[in-house]
Amino acid sequence: MKSIAVIDYGMGNLHSVAKALEHVCPDTRVYVTNDAAKIEASDRVLLPGVGAIRDCMAEIKRLGVDQIVADQMGKKPMLGICVGMQALMQRSSENDGVDCLGQLTGEVSFFGDQASVKEAHLKVPHMGWNQVQQQPHKLWHGIEDHSRFYFVHSYYVRTKARDLVAATCNYGLEFDVALARENLFAVQFHPEKSQAAGLQLLQNFLQWDGS
Amino acid sequence: MGLAKRIIPCLDVNNGRVVKGVQFVDIRDAGDPVEVAKRYNEQGADEITFLDIGATHENRDTMVHTVEKMASEVFIPLTVGGGIRTCEDIRRMLNAGADKVGINSAAVFNPDFVQQAAGRFGAQCIVVAIDAKRVSAAGEAPRWEIFTHGGRKPTGIDAVEWAIKMVNYGAGEILLTSMDQDGVKNGYDLGVTRAISEAVSVPVIASGGVGNLDHLVDGVITGKADAVLAASIFHFNEYTIPQAKKYMASKGIEMRL
Repeated sequence: MKSIAVIDYGMGNLHSVAKALEHVCPDTRVYVTNDAAKIEASDRVLLPGVGAIRDCMAEIKRLGVDQIVADQMGKKPMLGICVGMQALMQRSSENDGVDCLGQLTGEVSFFGDQASVKEAHLKVPHMGWNQVQQQPHKLWHGIEDHSRFYFVHSYYVRTKARDLVAATCNYGLEFDVALARENLFAVQFHPEKSQAAGLQLLQNFLQWDGS
Repeated sequence: MGLAKRIIPCLDVNNGRVVKGVQFVDIRDAGDPVEVAKRYNEQGADEITFLDIGATHENRDTMVHTVEKMASEVFIPLTVGGGIRTCEDIRRMLNAGADKVGINSAAVFNPDFVQQAAGRFGAQCIVVAIDAKRVSAAGEAPRWEIFTHGGRKPTGIDAVEWAIKMVNYGAGEILLTSMDQDGVKNGYDLGVTRAISEAVSVPVIASGGVGNLDHLVDGVITGKADAVLAASIFHFNEYTIPQAKKYMASKGIEMRL
């Protein structure tokens, strides 16, 4: 039986993402865990995350999840979601600046600081369904370009390493909502809350060989 | 091209059934909440809100099961409100599968609770629900106050100032119900909706009094709401969600079709 480990570092509700994975692939065993051995034994890894980055990074370090992520990187397909994606970057400006895992090149910034967002009187958090412009990647299989996904975040990623970018979105400015490198894929939106398009992405991830 | 305005069907739930009161009194039965939520999901609802209107202890357990069941079958965001008074209430609902919780009276009686909740769970899942009624007389400068107890008790708190304070305390979204309109189907109170939407940095959901699709359009265009919430027009099949979305899109509003 195929298996996936959803890394539980105590931040937020993992019920939804676990249920969505079971829903799209009933023959996959879903473990919600921070046990290194269980994660090592799983075929795939999912790094979720909600809430403030300082608390997330503190728990990631306290539970040794930073080491687990580093160990699993390159070994098997890995999916980061929302703050899970932000945690993979080098640094976030949230909570007066927090160093992150540095697995992906790029920084995390606050929407509310951007002049173009202020001028357009856009609300922060960026909350709701926005269109995603894809770059070719296997995880977009069966998902139309410009499909809408559900977002809820106040901080965004924009990387100078444009070769990492698998999708962008626009909210007063263009920012990166999917990054990919080898067997790592990370998204800013919530596929587990994005109805058909999101479920398709999760299904694609569960079938992806990481190439 | 960009962020779509949201349509949020609201299910008032009591003892595991969807009900909808007209002006909070007359109760009509509208079905099993999970079945209703599934129907709205298939129709393309952007989110679902469950409002626990019973809020007794037994009712709360029933609600947790209902949320768990819905979260296993419906993969769009779910907000749960009604009787949320402690961080433990929030934790239970989020663990059951809710994405956000609505805090209403508890915020009025103890504003610090909002701060604690946002600090612990993140602003993104804290929706502060505001029940506002116009208190100024005709001809006076418009003024709205916060009411509690289903709109029966005035608090003397100015609605716009309250919304600003709640956002400063960490609310990630405001659910604004204009009480004098609710259930009578004359549309949202656009004055207070716009005043609050322009005063705060976070998204505002307009609620209360929707009777037709133009009310939804007005809520967004005149009221400047980021999302529109409605119950009975959808529960009793007066309109479907796709109908509502197409109509709003035809008026130039960006929608997820």
